[in-house]
Amino acid sequence: MKLFSWRFIRVWQRDRDVFLKLWHSEAPGFVAEPIIILLAMGTGLGAYVGLVDGQKYIEFIVPGIIASYAMFSASFECTYGSFVRMEFQRTFDAIIATPLNVEDVIAGEIFWGATRSFMTGTAILIVASAFGLVHSLWALIIPPLAFLEGLMFASIAMLITSFAPSIYSFNYYFTLVVTPMFFFSGVFFPLSSFPEIVQTMSWVVPLTPVVHLTRALVSGQFSLPLLLALTLIIVLTVAFFLTSLTTMKRRLTA
Amino acid sequence: MVPAMSVIKTEHLTKKYKQLVAVDDISLEIEEGECFGLLGPNGAGKTTLIKMITAVSPPTAGEMWIQGKSLKHFARQAKAVLGVVPQMDNLDPDLSVLQNLLTFARYFDIPRDEASRRSREVLKLFELEGKQNSQIRELSGGMKRRLLLARGLLNHPRILVLDEPTIGLDPQAKYLVWHKLAELKSQGVTEFLCTQNMEEATTLCDRVAIMHQGKILSLDKPQELIYRYVGREVIEVEVSPEERGRAIAELQSRQLDFEDAVSRIYVFHVDGDKLVQGIASSPDKLKRRPATLEDVFFRLTGRSLIE
Ligand SMILES: Nc1ncnc2c1ncn2[C@@H]1O[C@H](COP(=O)(O)OP(=O)(O)OP(=O)(O)O)[C@@H](O)[C@H]1O
Ligand SMILES: [Mg+2]
Repeated sequence: MKLFSWRFIRVWQRDRDVFLKLWHSEAPGFVAEPIIILLAMGTGLGAYVGLVDGQKYIEFIVPGIIASYAMFSASFECTYGSFVRMEFQRTFDAIIATPLNVEDVIAGEIFWGATRSFMTGTAILIVASAFGLVHSLWALIIPPLAFLEGLMFASIAMLITSFAPSIYSFNYYFTLVVTPMFFFSGVFFPLSSFPEIVQTMSWVVPLTPVVHLTRALVSGQFSLPLLLALTLIIVLTVAFFLTSLTTMKRRLTA
Repeated sequence: MVPAMSVIKTEHLTKKYKQLVAVDDISLEIEEGECFGLLGPNGAGKTTLIKMITAVSPPTAGEMWIQGKSLKHFARQAKAVLGVVPQMDNLDPDLSVLQNLLTFARYFDIPRDEASRRSREVLKLFELEGKQNSQIRELSGGMKRRLLLARGLLNHPRILVLDEPTIGLDPQAKYLVWHKLAELKSQGVTEFLCTQNMEEATTLCDRVAIMHQGKILSLDKPQELIYRYVGREVIEVEVSPEERGRAIAELQSRQLDFEDAVSRIYVFHVDGDKLVQGIASSPDKLKRRPATLEDVFFRLTGRSLIE
């Protein structure tokens, strides 16, 4: 198996240029939606929810919203986005006829997906801070964490893309995998409120460790096994990244 | 193993897609500075062969060298000296015409200023300056082709691999491209040209290979191929269904080399009219014309459509 080279940056630059040209057509949605959810759930539902330690509900959901929308950004970018570039625009074919190889292209796409997560996570963090919902300087680590999270979800997305027969196939991935993660990873309710079995399952879902880490960084309270969470994220990222390079290579050089 | 100075060399190159053998054991050597033509009906395997020698698609078996370096180990270096014009449009529709070129130049690590200079140069060359800020979807089919050609020259390639470069071009643009290809060749650029245009192959190519069902059937200078398979001239005889049987029997008895295409019979390797006198019902049903590569193409690959 071959790894990628520094040339992947050329693909990242291409995606960045396109984003800078077209960002107004999609990016505001990626920030507006989480803010709306945050305010709606936080103020609406928040009026009925009492948390044990007296924390405001809206503060409780901030970290989960950041982590979830960072996940959505990378996932959309490297499923629908990458698929369109690969199958409809044949952009990957054009690039692999230059000194770049398939691994560089896929790494560039994944790093770009991670960059989208970074931007989304940072934007929500800034808005949440402006509303006075973030209390710890540790929150400054959230953007790089969102990037790492983006690498993980972009790699998973790329793996799905390498097997997707059509663009509609991604609907399964989103309804059966991504959306359930949004609800079962401790974003809206503490995991302890779920039945035992859901709690256990929740730990094998990649979004859960990210939500826990982000929550710790927002509050500045480090209680859970966070090192384990970080290790889990890194291991999953490396595993999915390498696997997606291999499966994409197979798809693109058939 | 490494050959003398073939710019492109393949040995026993084979590509299989499941059961289908798209390229079947092809060994080729392309000399430096030559224009090599590849002709063949739809599905012959031309594009598949091109994808392998441009290191885009790995072979199922066999080996390739570009400038003496094995493609297996030096794919990046090879791709850096190749200019590729693909059969299918893969321009980047998210970017404008000029951005397409600048972005492509960046894949080759051409510095920004130089990229910008070269982009304008190739746009001018293919008469697209007025379109530099257009979006790809705003271009006509022929303009897209010209932009693909322009893009293929950005890295100042020593080897150009062109997959049907003039398809869909108007006569003016087609001659412009032919002229440019001839000029590049005179500067020592090696050209590997896949085409369905027989005139193009005859005009531009030093050698031509005829490919069919994954194999190369014949390979030589265009004139040599013509002399060998059809002779200098071809005689076309128009026949009605009633006359056909008699005409064929007559040609057979005279031991002439001919091909029966139902409403028309082509007679090859004939010098002078004597041999074919009396075959047609009247002299105006008989037409002589110079033999072309197209005759060779038909002789070698047949007249029916290949699926
Ligand atoms: N990715 C693929 N998967 C399966 N079969 C393929 C693939 N690409 C090409 N083929 C098959 O390989 C054969 C050769 O195709 P190829 O595109 O090389 O033909 P070609 O000579 O370029 O034809 P054309 O003149 O129509 O461009 C065809 O039978 C085609 O169906
Ligand atoms: Mg083809």
